[in-house]
Amino acid sequence: MSESVVTKEHSQDTQTENKDVIVSYKNITKSFGDVEVLKGINLDIKPAEKVALIGPSGSGKTTIIRMLMTLEQPTSGEIIVDGKNLWHMEKNGDLVPANEKHLREVRGDIGMVFQHFNLFPHMTILENCMTAPIHVQKEDKASAKERSIEMLKKVGLGDKLDNYPSQLSGGQKQRVAMARALVMRPKIMLFDEVTSALDPELVGEVLEVIRDIAKEGEMAMVLVTHEMEFALDIADRVIFLDNGVIAEEGTPSEVLEHSDNERLQQFLHRFRS
Amino acid sequence: MNWRWDMFFEALPYVLQGIGVTIGLTFACYLFALIVGFGWTFLRRIPNKTINWIITWIMEFIRSTPPLVQLFFIFFAWPMVPYVGVTLSPFASAVLGLGIHFSTYIGEVYRSGIEGVEKGQWEASRALNFSTTQKWTKIILPQAIPPTIPMLGNYLIIMFKEVPLAATIGVVGILHMAESFGSVNFRYLEAYTIVALIFLALSYPSAILINKLERKMNRRFDKKAALNSMNESKGAVS
Amino acid sequence: MRGIEITITVLILSAIFGYLFAFIAGLCRLSTNPILRGFTSFYVEIFRGTSLIVQLFWLYYAIPMLFGIDLGSNLLAGVLAISLNYGAYMSEIVRGSILAVSKGQSEAATALNMSRFQRMRLVIFPQAVRMMLPEFGNYLIQMLKATSLVSLIGMHDILYHGNILRSSDLSAAPTVYLLILVFYFIMALPLIFLTRKGEAISKKGVASQ
Ligand SMILES: Nc1ncnc2c1ncn2[C@@H]1O[C@H](COP(=O)(O)OP(=O)(O)O)[C@@H](O)[C@H]1O
Ligand SMILES: [Mg+2]
Repeated sequence: MSESVVTKEHSQDTQTENKDVIVSYKNITKSFGDVEVLKGINLDIKPAEKVALIGPSGSGKTTIIRMLMTLEQPTSGEIIVDGKNLWHMEKNGDLVPANEKHLREVRGDIGMVFQHFNLFPHMTILENCMTAPIHVQKEDKASAKERSIEMLKKVGLGDKLDNYPSQLSGGQKQRVAMARALVMRPKIMLFDEVTSALDPELVGEVLEVIRDIAKEGEMAMVLVTHEMEFALDIADRVIFLDNGVIAEEGTPSEVLEHSDNERLQQFLHRFRS
Repeated sequence: MNWRWDMFFEALPYVLQGIGVTIGLTFACYLFALIVGFGWTFLRRIPNKTINWIITWIMEFIRSTPPLVQLFFIFFAWPMVPYVGVTLSPFASAVLGLGIHFSTYIGEVYRSGIEGVEKGQWEASRALNFSTTQKWTKIILPQAIPPTIPMLGNYLIIMFKEVPLAATIGVVGILHMAESFGSVNFRYLEAYTIVALIFLALSYPSAILINKLERKMNRRFDKKAALNSMNESKGAVS
Repeated sequence: MRGIEITITVLILSAIFGYLFAFIAGLCRLSTNPILRGFTSFYVEIFRGTSLIVQLFWLYYAIPMLFGIDLGSNLLAGVLAISLNYGAYMSEIVRGSILAVSKGQSEAATALNMSRFQRMRLVIFPQAVRMMLPEFGNYLIQMLKATSLVSLIGMHDILYHGNILRSSDLSAAPTVYLLILVFYFIMALPLIFLTRKGEAISKKGVASQ
């Protein structure tokens, strides 16, 4: 899959059954109180595609991915995950708001890494990784443990298995958070500014791990990031969000180097200077 | 069901006769505790390890033994102590007993207030060469006292609810009145219910008031936290 | 000194039921069911709004009169009064601690596709309980002190025996009450150290906002 060619032009095809699309946002809006934060988002993500989401603070990047993780409910519109409607379910032929059971069925393919890690402080590193496979996916304990250890080794923390999160640096915590999400074998991984809570000297080690994951290629990834160099390097597609709409999108070089969108230029300028 | 309204209305004026004593005793105990509490705080600031240790454990002793037994000690036992013993009225015994018991809690409240003042403030008042009195009256106390006000208010309510213990040594507050009404008429139900209702009617609104005050205070003193979270969201821009 | 086993029995039973009521009421107050919530709030406010001694007398003297039933024993009345009273106070701690576990914890659990029940059991609750420990310890000492009240409803605890001793020899009063105070203090000591231990545990392993 890693060599899968990515079509340059954004697919306007919004058919639910499209095999080439794993996540599809259809006309999504989101309001907090009277404030409309997202004003009609249409976005298709292909299996194994790496999408970088950039934009000024408050433009709604976090909200977009939180809705996919079911942490925030859209005000209108639909999100289709692998052919299944995330926020609605069918009941006696009618489309009704999803219940917890339906959400759990659909979001099983999605994983997320948070800005502030959100590791479980009362569990060791290993337990942080093992708990969900055992209780959620009903995997047997031995194999969950084995896979968790393997994953923690992969992110370079094989020697910290029995440590508690409070004993780790920020960069190490974030790598554990990634291992914890990866052992669930998601088809889509969401990263919400995973390096912005880190000391500058720790950013590199975390980006390195993401780069490795991206290279393996099987997973779709949506990265909210302010690391433009990094986005240019690993993303298949860059989306610039501004004022609650997608203001520009395309290949990294199109968006980051050759766009003449004025707002985008202003935004990028702040990072270059 | 065996509720009798005639008994209720007969008991009501009778029990209410005790309300002045109950409220008066509450405030007397509270005032006494506020003052003695200062004493504890002062004693604990003596920079001597042994004295500090002794004071801490005396406070711990008073705090972790039942106020009821302390009342009995002061009322029944104190007069029997050779040389220093004096006979006290039930009211005075209650003020002394409950006042001292709660002074140990109040002292901790004062201490938390003082310790809540940032280290920099102490250093600044030294740097500005204030005298000890000036340091306390101008810098430390004005910052230490306001955050403790809701806590102190809470203790007023807590003490109000402990005051009926004094009925056991003969202070004629509402509980004592209810008891005597009950024993005369062989009807405890209505009389005790009235006592419960009086407590509820007085302490519930006060608790709400204190709660509001606390929230207001928190908002005032949480400016720093608010500032931090603001910076955090700003930090996300770059 | 006699009566100590009564004091300890009342303490243990009150503690067990007190914590039980605290957890039940604390969780009910967080429930989405408004009737359940209303009912528990009513219980909590009634018991926090009145005195323990009044509740004790009410349960012991008034309840049997009201319903024509006998609570059976003064042990039951004593334990019920103490545990309902402190259960109400501690339910606030249960509720507060659960709310104090940061939102990010529950979100991370959702991102791992845990069910609502799993989020509570595996992530929120273990952290909340750690936060509750110091306050639970403090209330245990409060409950120990409260056991002295059962002498007022005719239970033969330490204080009751002390009062008997005093009335047979008035000059023995200072020794008798001092001894009782020391007894209570000795019983409180392990609880004081337990509370400190709880404080140490609760400082670790919690993500609060
Ligand atoms: N829970 C919420 N309640 C109210 N407003 C919110 C909430 N979450 C986000 N917002 C608002 O929505 C807007 C978009 O937020 P967010 O998606 O976090 O932006 P970004 O991640 O791009 O910085 C912001 O103006 C933010 O203040
Ligand atoms: Mg964001």
